[in-house]
Amino acid sequence: MSINRRTFFKAMGATAVALSVGKPVFASDASVNESEFYGILYDITKCVGCHGCEYDCADAHGFTEFDIPKDPPFRQTDEKHRTVVNEYETSKGKLPRKTQCMHCNQPACDAACLTQAMHKTAEGPVIWREDKCMGCRYCMISCPFDIPKFEYNSTNPEIVKCDMCAELLKEGEIPACAYNCPEEALLYGKRSDLIREARRRIHDNPDTYVDHIYGEHEAGGTSWLYLSPVPFNEVGFNTKIQTTSYPGLTKGFISSIAPVDILLPAVLLGIYEATKSTSKTEEEL
Amino acid sequence: MSTNSQPAVLLPNERNFFSFLISELKPKGKIFTPFNIISFPIMMIGLVIIFLRFKNGIGSVTNLTQDVPWGLWIGFDVVTGVAFAGGAYVLVFMVNILNLKKYKPILRITVLNGFLAYLFYSAALLLDLGRPLNVINVVIGNNFGVSSVLFLVGWHFLLYMLALLLEFSPAIAEWMNARKVHKILSGITMGAVIFGITLSVLHQSGIGALFLMAKDKIHPLWYNSYMPLLFVVSSIFAGISMVIFEGSISHKVFSDQLDESSHQSHKNIIVGLAKICTVGMFAYFTLLVLVFIHEKNWEYISTPMGSWFLVEIIGFVVLPMFLFFYGYRHHKITVIKVASIVTLLGIMLNRMNISIICYRWDAAERYIPSWQEFVVTLTIIFIEVWVLRWIVRRMPVLRQSPEWARNSH
Ligand code: SF4
Ligand code: SF4
Repeated sequence: MSINRRTFFKAMGATAVALSVGKPVFASDASVNESEFYGILYDITKCVGCHGCEYDCADAHGFTEFDIPKDPPFRQTDEKHRTVVNEYETSKGKLPRKTQCMHCNQPACDAACLTQAMHKTAEGPVIWREDKCMGCRYCMISCPFDIPKFEYNSTNPEIVKCDMCAELLKEGEIPACAYNCPEEALLYGKRSDLIREARRRIHDNPDTYVDHIYGEHEAGGTSWLYLSPVPFNEVGFNTKIQTTSYPGLTKGFISSIAPVDILLPAVLLGIYEATKSTSKTEEEL
Repeated sequence: MSTNSQPAVLLPNERNFFSFLISELKPKGKIFTPFNIISFPIMMIGLVIIFLRFKNGIGSVTNLTQDVPWGLWIGFDVVTGVAFAGGAYVLVFMVNILNLKKYKPILRITVLNGFLAYLFYSAALLLDLGRPLNVINVVIGNNFGVSSVLFLVGWHFLLYMLALLLEFSPAIAEWMNARKVHKILSGITMGAVIFGITLSVLHQSGIGALFLMAKDKIHPLWYNSYMPLLFVVSSIFAGISMVIFEGSISHKVFSDQLDESSHQSHKNIIVGLAKICTVGMFAYFTLLVLVFIHEKNWEYISTPMGSWFLVEIIGFVVLPMFLFFYGYRHHKITVIKVASIVTLLGIMLNRMNISIICYRWDAAERYIPSWQEFVVTLTIIFIEVWVLRWIVRRMPVLRQSPEWARNSH
C-alpha cells in the first residue's frame, strides 16, 4: 500500500474544510441582537388560572376538538396542548402557572436541530418548519424545559410546541394568549422593555414579588419572563437550571472537530511512516 | 460445506458477471440449522412490525413517551451498536498504522462486521425517524444545521461507512476475480484507513457529545462534560471485546474457511487483544474515578441510583478488567471470552443508562420498550448475520486471499 503524500494532503485539506464548516454558529453572534427580541412577561400574581389562554392557543393553531380534563391533575404540554396552566400548592396558597416554550435567546433545540427546522427568528419566536424536519427528536432530547412534543401516532408526525404565534406576529398582531388574557397577566413587548417593566413592578411592590425575574438569565436568557409571588421552585420551575446557554455545552466539542480532522490524519501518517520499516521485527503486544 | 468455493476465473464481461452473481446467490450450506429455524420466523414478524410502523406511525409499535423520545432503537441499535463496532477502527489502526502483522488474519472479518453493523444501524435509524424522507435535507445540503452535534456525527458516520467499504473492497474484487480493480482499490486503502480512523474517533466521541445538552435530564452520576472522551475510550475495549466474542463464534461456524495455522494464531491474537482491553479498561476506570471526584458526586452514592451506578462500575468495568488481566497473564482463553461478554454487557448497560434508563429517571411515566421494539431490534441483527454469513461463505474474508492477490504487493 502506498500513497502519494502530496495528493494525500490535498485531499485532507479539502475534507478538513468541508467538515469544519461545523463551526459554532450561535444565535448570539453579532447578526442577531438579543435586545431586539420580543417576548412575553407573565405575572403569576395577576393570573387567575382560568385556562382561557389554553383555549385561545388551541383556536389560533387550529385544534378544533379541544378539551381540558375536568379537575385536572398535573398536566404537561403535549402534541395537542401547546400551553397548559397548572395549579400549585404554595406557601401563599394555590397559585396557577402557565407553561409553554420559553423561546430561549440561544435555544438548545435550534442548536440541536440538524436540518435547521427549529429556528430562532430575529424577532424572538422559536419556530418549527415542517418542510425541513426529519423527525429525529433530538430537539426533544436537548430542550432543558422538555417543551417540543412529537406526534407519535401520525404517519407524518410533527414536532409541536408554542411558536409565539409567529404567523400572527408577521401580520402585525400579537400572540393569541396575550391578546385575549382578561386579567392582563400576559404582557407582550420587546424583551428589554419587559425586563424594565418587571423590575419596576418588583421595585414598586417589594412585598408582592420575590426579587427575581425567571428567564432573565436562566438558560442564557429567554424571551418568556416570569414574575412570581413565591420562590420559583414552589410553582414548578427548575431553579437549578444553568444561567449560561445550553448550546454552549457543546461548543468545546464542536470547535475541536476541525482541528482533530486536520491533525489526527497527519499524526497517523507519521506513525505509519515510522513503523513501516520495523514491521518485520514487530511481533509483540 | 464445499471447500471449492473459489470462483472460477471470469472475464470482466457483463453476461458472465450476472450468471456468476446468480450462481453465488444460491444458498451454500445447510438450510435447516437451529439458527435459521429460530431467526427466520422472528425476521418475518419483524418485517410485519416495520410495515405497521410505516402504516400507523411510530407510536403504534413503540412505547416511546414525550419525556423519553429515544428508546431501544436509538439507545441500543445506534448508541450501543456504534461502540460495539469500534473494533474495526482499532484493529485497522493496529494493523495498518502500527504495523502489527499478527492481527492481520482477523482484520477483514472485523472490517466487514463494522461495515455491516453501520449499514444496519443506519437502517434502524431511518425506522426511528418520524419524517425519514427529509433526511435528504441533511445530505444534499439545502439545510445544513452546522452547529448541531447530530449533524456532525451523521456526516462522520456516513463518510466512515464509505471508508469501511473501501477498506473491505479488495476482498470483493478478489471474489469477482477483478484483478485490475483490485490493484486500484488496494492502492487507495491507505487513504481510507487514515480517514476512517479520524472519522471514527470523532463520531465515537460525538455520540457522547449528543447528550451534552441533556444536562438536567440525565442523572448526575452519568452526566458529565467528559462524556465524549469516555465514549471514545470505552469504544476501544467495547469494540475489541466484540471482536473476541464474535471471533469465537465465527471460528466455530466457519471453521471450514480456516486452515490449521490460523487456528493456532487465533489463540495468540486473543491473548494480545485481552492485553489491550486490560489497558483500555484501566484508563477508562481511572477517568471515571477522576470525573466522579471532579463532579463531587458523593451525595448520590447512597441513593438507589448510586447502587445502580456501582453495579455498572464494579460489576461491569472493574470485574472484566481483572478477568482480562488474569486471562492474558495465564493464557486462559475461556476467561478472556467470559471477560469479553461481561464487558459487552457493561457497555450496553452504560449506553442504555445514559440514553434511556437514567435519562429522565424522574419522569412520571417510565419508558419500557414494547415487545415489538425488541423484535425489530432482533430482526435487524439477524438480517445482518445472514448477510455476513453470505459474504463470508463467498469472499476471502476469513480464508486466505487467492494467490494472485497476495503476490501483487
Ligand atoms: S424552551 Fe426548549 S423548545 Fe423552547 S426555545 Fe428553549 S430549547 Fe427550544
Ligand atoms: S425532530 Fe425535527 S425539529 Fe427536532 S431536531 Fe430533529 S429535525 Fe430538528
